[in-house]
Amino acid sequence: MQNTKESQPFVKIRGLHFSRGARKIFDGIDIDIERGKVTAIMGPSGTGKTTLLKLITRQIRPDSGTIEIDGQLINTLSHSKLYELRMRMGMLFQSGALLTDITVFENVAYPIREHTDLQESMIRRLVLLKLEAVGLRGARDLMPNELSGGMARRVALARAMALDPEIVLYDEPFTGQDPISMGILVKLIRQLNDASRLTSILVSHDVAETCQIADRIYVISDGKVVERGTPDELHASESAAVKQFIHGLPDGPVGFHFPAPPLADDILAPAKP
Amino acid sequence: MILDQLQRLGQWGIAFFERLGRAHLLLLQMLSGTFGLLRRPSLLTAQLFNLGVLSVLIITVSGLFVGMVLALQGYYVLADFGAEESLGATVAASLIRELGPVVTGLLFAGRAGSALTAEIGLMKATEQFSGLEMMAVDPVKRILTPRLIAGLISVPLLASMFSAIGVLGGSFIGVGLQGVDEGAFWSHMQSTIDLQKDIYNSLIKSFIFGFACTWIALFQGYDCVPTSEGVSRATTRTVVHSALAVLGLDFMLTAVMYGS
Amino acid sequence: MKAIRFIEIAVGLFMAAGFVAIFFLAMQVSNLSITSSDETFSVTASFENVGGLKVRAPITMAGVRIGRVSNIIADKTTFEAIVTLDIDAGFDQIPDDTFAKIYTAGLLGEQYIGLDPGGSEEYLSEGGFLEMTQSALVLEELISKFMFDKAEDNAFE
Repeated sequence: MQNTKESQPFVKIRGLHFSRGARKIFDGIDIDIERGKVTAIMGPSGTGKTTLLKLITRQIRPDSGTIEIDGQLINTLSHSKLYELRMRMGMLFQSGALLTDITVFENVAYPIREHTDLQESMIRRLVLLKLEAVGLRGARDLMPNELSGGMARRVALARAMALDPEIVLYDEPFTGQDPISMGILVKLIRQLNDASRLTSILVSHDVAETCQIADRIYVISDGKVVERGTPDELHASESAAVKQFIHGLPDGPVGFHFPAPPLADDILAPAKP
Repeated sequence: MILDQLQRLGQWGIAFFERLGRAHLLLLQMLSGTFGLLRRPSLLTAQLFNLGVLSVLIITVSGLFVGMVLALQGYYVLADFGAEESLGATVAASLIRELGPVVTGLLFAGRAGSALTAEIGLMKATEQFSGLEMMAVDPVKRILTPRLIAGLISVPLLASMFSAIGVLGGSFIGVGLQGVDEGAFWSHMQSTIDLQKDIYNSLIKSFIFGFACTWIALFQGYDCVPTSEGVSRATTRTVVHSALAVLGLDFMLTAVMYGS
Repeated sequence: MKAIRFIEIAVGLFMAAGFVAIFFLAMQVSNLSITSSDETFSVTASFENVGGLKVRAPITMAGVRIGRVSNIIADKTTFEAIVTLDIDAGFDQIPDDTFAKIYTAGLLGEQYIGLDPGGSEEYLSEGGFLEMTQSALVLEELISKFMFDKAEDNAFE
């Protein structure tokens, strides 16, 4: 029994449909996130990668399809069960989403204080350890607005790890970072994953960095999974969409132009009154 | 053309009721968190500081000036009828029945309500609410409920301070400057102002205004478009809606309390 | 920690100040301090015309307040106004032939009832009835009476 559960994927998505207004964002996608691995979800901007994370954590609900986390179907989970499940999850937001009115230390201590009755001395020790892991023990008394973008993301990572989650979701962790902090984050994500036997989901469009750390990669385009596999398999892929994405070609299946009527028609058309 | 207009009116109507519904759902969610607040009184203390203590200065200074102006103006009108000794009653009745709760409500909306909307809106815009949700913390109960309760407690206290300081300011002008007899000033006031009819009703009024203003501010912040433009528009809406709500509610409450 | 302590003290002061304000309004500004006389007994009196007399109007004796009007109704058969007076229980030796008049405080002020004690040996008590009353002065009546008198005077001359 234990064995079969262990071999099951941690997150199992089947036939997921989601649309925002008239725009279809996901048109029936299947994704398996394996335990203890770093799974990356890639795709051009606007393919709804962040939306996927929100669906997995049920901050929003899908139109149809199922999402199972560790064997629990989250579509129909009650409020309290959902919160129990979320305590086992950590999420790193693009902006860090630190609480701006309390210090770095208090931010990391926040989930611990909310969910445990630990003694103050114990909390302090835990927080300092988490901050040490991201190399920011010295910044504990700073306020979030005194941090650089990369530092804020590392504090947020320490906070996401505060309750020792089983799965961590990273939303575009590399966007807008200088090469040094990008390198630090790449190293941290891999290290944390291996050291605490985590399952990691990484949403990104930074090909080079993601290929460095991901065990498996899903490429999403136009609401569908167009390719899946290890970084090497991806590089060898014949799919035009994957090629364009991996090699950063300006035109291909994903057009350079936003959908529009032909240029000649548009220019010659009479101006609207 | 007319069909277009009708359609727009219909859409506007539907959107209006949708917002109204969301506002009430939010209220229910906030109220359901009240019990949890008992275990975390420090959350409430912090918000009482933000909403109450930080509004004391503007409320008391305004109350003082309003009371003094009432005494000055009232004196000139009453002196024409030789009824200067009614000055205390006039000042106290205007303050306690109307100006105390109403002006406090308006000032509270401007001072604390707008700040609440901006704070909540910015928290939403910077994903802090999503962050809380992912830490398995309900942002409505954790962030909004203490603010609502603090607003409910603060406004009646602030309005009472406003009225009390106003009466003192009025007596300073009336008795001190215009030379109305001190005994007549106070005794006339005391025989006119009724504990139940005036003071209790004043407290009820200000409680309802505090409720309306805080609810509007929190809803606008929580429901705003999470961009800088959305937050600034929500802040404006908070002040406008709160002012209209206070004045409209005041008319209805006055009609119920003092009518017939 | 220091900041938290400051906030707590400030909030404490705020709450205290708020309640002091309410207490001030209740005790100093409203009529709570005058209604505090707990024990009263009520007597009735009928007036031809109560003018602008209101419920809660003061009742005075020799200019000192000793009670207040608790009810005013019109009698269906005598067409007079029946006024119920709540008098503080301490004043239990008011003669039963006391004269009740409606006065006006100042030219435009509130109306109140003044009691002029008579000489009877019997005292007023709960349920008593004041027979001797004088109605309120109604300005229009005064003026018309004055005009009428003037006209009569002129007629004699």
